[in-house]
Amino acid sequence: MDTLHQVDVKEGVDQDTVDAVQALSGTYKHGWNTDIEMEYAPLGLSEDIVRLISKKNEEPQWMLDWRLEAYARWLTMKEPDWAMVDYPKIDFQDQYYYARPKSMEVKPKSLDEVDPKLLETYAKLGIPLKEQAILAGVEGAEEMSDAPRKVAVDAVFDSVSLGTTFKDELSKAGVIFCSISEAIKNHPELVRKYLGTVIPAADNYYACLNAAVFSDGSFVYIPKGTKCPMELSTYFRINAENTGQFERTLIIADEGSFVSYLEGCTAPKRDIAQLHAACVELILMDDAEIKYSTVQNWFPGDENGVGGIYNFVTKRADCRGDRTKVMWTQVETGSAVTWKYPSCILRGDDSQGEFYSIAIANNMQQADTGTKMIHLGKRTKSRIVSKGISAGKAQNTYRGLVSMHPKAKESRNYTQCDSLLIGDKCGAHTVPYIEVKNNSSRVEHEATTSKVDDDQLFYCRSRGMDEEEAVALVVNGFCKEVLQALPMEFAMEAQALVAISLEGSVG
Amino acid sequence: MALARKIIQVKQDATDARLSLLDLPDGATWITEARNAAMSRVKKMSLPHGRDEYWKFTKPDTFVQPEALKAPLFDNDEGPLWADVDRLKVVFVDGIFDAEASDDLSSEGLVIERLAVAALKDIHWAKDLYGVLEIRGQDAVQRPLAALNTAFATDGILVHVTGKVSKPLNLIYLYNSETSDVNLHHCIKIDAGAEVTILETGPGAARLNTVMEVDIADNSAFHHIRVQGRDHERRAVTGIFTRLGHESTFKSFTLTMNGVLTRNECVIELTGDNAIAHVAGACVGDGKDFHQDDTVFITHDSFNCESRQVFKKVLRNGATGVFQGKILVKKDAQKTDGYQISQALLLDDNSQFLAKPELEIYADDVACSHGSTTGAIDENSLFYLQSRGVPKAEATDLLVLAFLAEALQEIEDTMLAEGILERLNGWLARHGH
Repeated sequence: MDTLHQVDVKEGVDQDTVDAVQALSGTYKHGWNTDIEMEYAPLGLSEDIVRLISKKNEEPQWMLDWRLEAYARWLTMKEPDWAMVDYPKIDFQDQYYYARPKSMEVKPKSLDEVDPKLLETYAKLGIPLKEQAILAGVEGAEEMSDAPRKVAVDAVFDSVSLGTTFKDELSKAGVIFCSISEAIKNHPELVRKYLGTVIPAADNYYACLNAAVFSDGSFVYIPKGTKCPMELSTYFRINAENTGQFERTLIIADEGSFVSYLEGCTAPKRDIAQLHAACVELILMDDAEIKYSTVQNWFPGDENGVGGIYNFVTKRADCRGDRTKVMWTQVETGSAVTWKYPSCILRGDDSQGEFYSIAIANNMQQADTGTKMIHLGKRTKSRIVSKGISAGKAQNTYRGLVSMHPKAKESRNYTQCDSLLIGDKCGAHTVPYIEVKNNSSRVEHEATTSKVDDDQLFYCRSRGMDEEEAVALVVNGFCKEVLQALPMEFAMEAQALVAISLEGSVG
Repeated sequence: MALARKIIQVKQDATDARLSLLDLPDGATWITEARNAAMSRVKKMSLPHGRDEYWKFTKPDTFVQPEALKAPLFDNDEGPLWADVDRLKVVFVDGIFDAEASDDLSSEGLVIERLAVAALKDIHWAKDLYGVLEIRGQDAVQRPLAALNTAFATDGILVHVTGKVSKPLNLIYLYNSETSDVNLHHCIKIDAGAEVTILETGPGAARLNTVMEVDIADNSAFHHIRVQGRDHERRAVTGIFTRLGHESTFKSFTLTMNGVLTRNECVIELTGDNAIAHVAGACVGDGKDFHQDDTVFITHDSFNCESRQVFKKVLRNGATGVFQGKILVKKDAQKTDGYQISQALLLDDNSQFLAKPELEIYADDVACSHGSTTGAIDENSLFYLQSRGVPKAEATDLLVLAFLAEALQEIEDTMLAEGILERLNGWLARHGH
C-alpha cells in the first residue's frame, strides 16, 4: 500500500499523515454502533408525528404550518420510478421519524456538557469536536504546518444536532453557523425568508417528505463581504435502528462572501435498510462563492445487498446574484441506493456552476446521480466532470440536465462523463439531457465507457503491486480530476475510500 | 398521483377516439392474428402523450388525434432526384400501390409482393416477420404508433431478397388528397449472403406512418437512403425495426428537409457476432413550425459488433431539432464498439436543439462513447473564408455543408450521395439568408 499512496500524496504531507489515512483501510470501517439510551417518536408517519417533531424542536407556528402543508402535499404524491434503481418498496409506516439520545432531552449549553458517549462516537469517527483539532482524525497533522486549518463542525446524531464548534470565533466574523433548529428559534427572519425558496416544499417526493419531517441540520449565514474564517462542516451519523434521518441544510452567502462547506456521513451496519432523505439549499447573492464538498460514506449494505442506507437527496444552489460561483464536489462511495442530483440554477449573469463527482458502486450498490445546470443568466458557465465506477454487481448511472434558456446568451457548458467497469456483472449508464435554446451558447458533452486498461494494470503489476493495489492506483488516476477539486483533508479520505470501496472487486 | 391517473385516462380516451374511427383490414388468418395482437398492444400501451418520457421533446398530439391535419398540395419545383440512377420504382399514392406509375415488380435476386395482396394468401413467409420485429422493439421502450401501424396498415411491400440485387428499390410516396392519412408497412427479408439497397423518397402524405421491418441474415447487407419531403406541411412518424445476424451490415441515412413534424425511430438489434450497424441523419430546418426528431435505440447483444450513430442538424428561424439516441450493451456483448455523435448548428438565436444521448452498459470490455455539441457557426471560419474573398452568404453555405459532411459520408454510393448533395444545395438556395 505504501507505494500506492506515496504516488498520490501531495507535497508537504508527512509519513504519519499517510499512515493515518492508510489505517482507514479495511472494509466498511464505520459499521459499529453506539449503545446509548434513545428516545423515539412513535413508529410510523402521521400528522401527529409532524406536530411532535415540530414541538420537540420548540418551533413557532409558521414552521409547523409549513410542515403540515408539506405533509398534506406529500400524501398526494407518487414515489418517483424513473431512476435506474431497484429496491423493495419502502414502508413509510415502518420507520421512526425522530430519535434522540435521552441525554439530549435538555439541550446542553455547550459541547462540554454533551454525554461523553456521544462525544466518543465522534472521536472514534475521527471527527474532532474539540476546537483545536482538525478534521479527518489525522493525528499529528497539527504539527505539520504552523497554522493548522480550522474546521468548525456541526455534529448531527440521528435526529438532533449535538452542538457546533467554533461558535464564538465565527460569530466574531459575523458568520452564523448553528443547527437549523436553533436557527429557527434564534434567526427566524432569515430562515423564514429563505427556507424552501430554492427547493419548494413540494418539489419532489423525497424533498416534500423532508419538508414535513426534517428534524435538524445545519444553518449557515455568511454576511456581506465576508470570507468565512474557517471551513464549516456537518457530520451526519445515523445510529438508531429502523430510523430515518431527515436533515435540512440552508446556506446563505450574502454579497461578496465565501464559504467552503464539508459534509460527511456514516452509519452502523444493520440488516435492515434505513432511509435518509435530505435537502440542501444554497443561496448566493452577487459575487458570492460556495464550495460544497461531500464525502458520502453511508453503510452500503453487505455484499449480498442486505441492509444499507437508501439515500434520497435533493441539493440545489440558487445563484440569485451576478458573478456568483458554486462548486459541488462529491465522492459517493456509500449507500445501498443513491438518488442525488446536486444542481445549480444559474440565474445571475456571469455566474458559474461546477460539479465534480466520483460515484463508486460495488457489490449490490445502486447509484443514480448527476447534476442539473440550468442556465438562465447571460454568460453563465458550467462544467461537469463525472466519474462513475462500477464493480461487483453494482449499477451506476449518471443522469444530468444542461439547459440553456433563450435568455442565457453567450453561455457555456462542458460536460464529461466517464464510466469505468470492473468486472462483467455490473453496469454503467449515462442519461444526459441537453436542451439548447439560443445559438450564442456552446454546449459540449462527452461520455466514454471503458474497462480498466490492461496495459496500465500490467505496468503496475510489473512494478510489484498486487492486483488490488494496481486497480486502486489506476482508479485513483481515473478520478484525479475530481479528487483535486476536494479540500485537502477530504481528498485524503476520499482517496483511501476509493481503494476501500473497491476492495474485493478484482478477480 | 391524481395527475398521473388523469394522464392515463386522457391517454385512454385519446386512444379510444382514434381506434373508434379505424377498422381492422380484411385478410387471411396469419395477418389477422398479427393485426389483432397489434391492436391489443395499442390498447394496452395507449397512444403517446406529451408527458411520456419518450415524447418529452416532441409533441405527439397530431399523430394521435383522430383526423390528420391538412397538408396543402404543392407543385414540386425540384428537379428529379437520382435521374441517372437505374432504380426499380414502387409508387404509392395516398397509401395505395400505383401499378401504372411503378416499374414491373420483378428483378433478379428478389421477390416483391404487395402487402394488400399477400394479406389475402393463406400461407405467407411474412408471417414470421410481420409485426415480429416491431414487438421486439417494444421491449425497452413503448412505441404505440408502430403497433398502430402494424394493426391498420393496408399496403406496403414484402420483399424477399435472395441474392445480390443490382439496382436499388425506390419506394416513392405521393399524395393527391390534402388530408391523406397513410399507414404503410414493409417487410424486408434478406437471405444469407444477399444484399439490397432501398431508397425512400417523395412528399409522403398529410400524415404518414411507416414501419419497415428488416431481417438481415448472416453475411448479408442492407443499405437504406431516405429523403423526406420539403416545403409543405406533412407530418411523418417512421419506424425501422431491424435485426442483424453474424457479419451482416445495416446502413441507413436520412435527409430531412422541412415538413412540419418528423419523428424517425430506428431500432436496431445486433444479434450476431461481428455485425455492423450505421445510422446517420442530416437535417436542415427552417421556421418555427419545423420540428424534426431522430430517436435511435441500438442493442448490442453479441460479440464484437460495431455501431455508429451520426446525426447533424442545421436549424434556423426558430426550428427545433431533437435527438434521442441510446446504446444498450448487454452482458455478453463484449468487445462492443459503440459510437454516437449528435451535433446541431443553430443559425440564429430562436432555434433549438434538444438531446438525450444515452448509454446503458452491462459488459466490461467495451469502448463506447458519445458526444453532443451545440453552437452557432464559427465566426473565425466565416471570417477566414470572407478574407479569402468568399461572400458571407456563400461562406455560410460552405460551412453548413462542411458541418453536414460527416453524416453525408455515411452514404457509400457516390451517385446516391451526389443526389443528396444536390438536394441540400437546392435547400440552401431556397432558404439561405
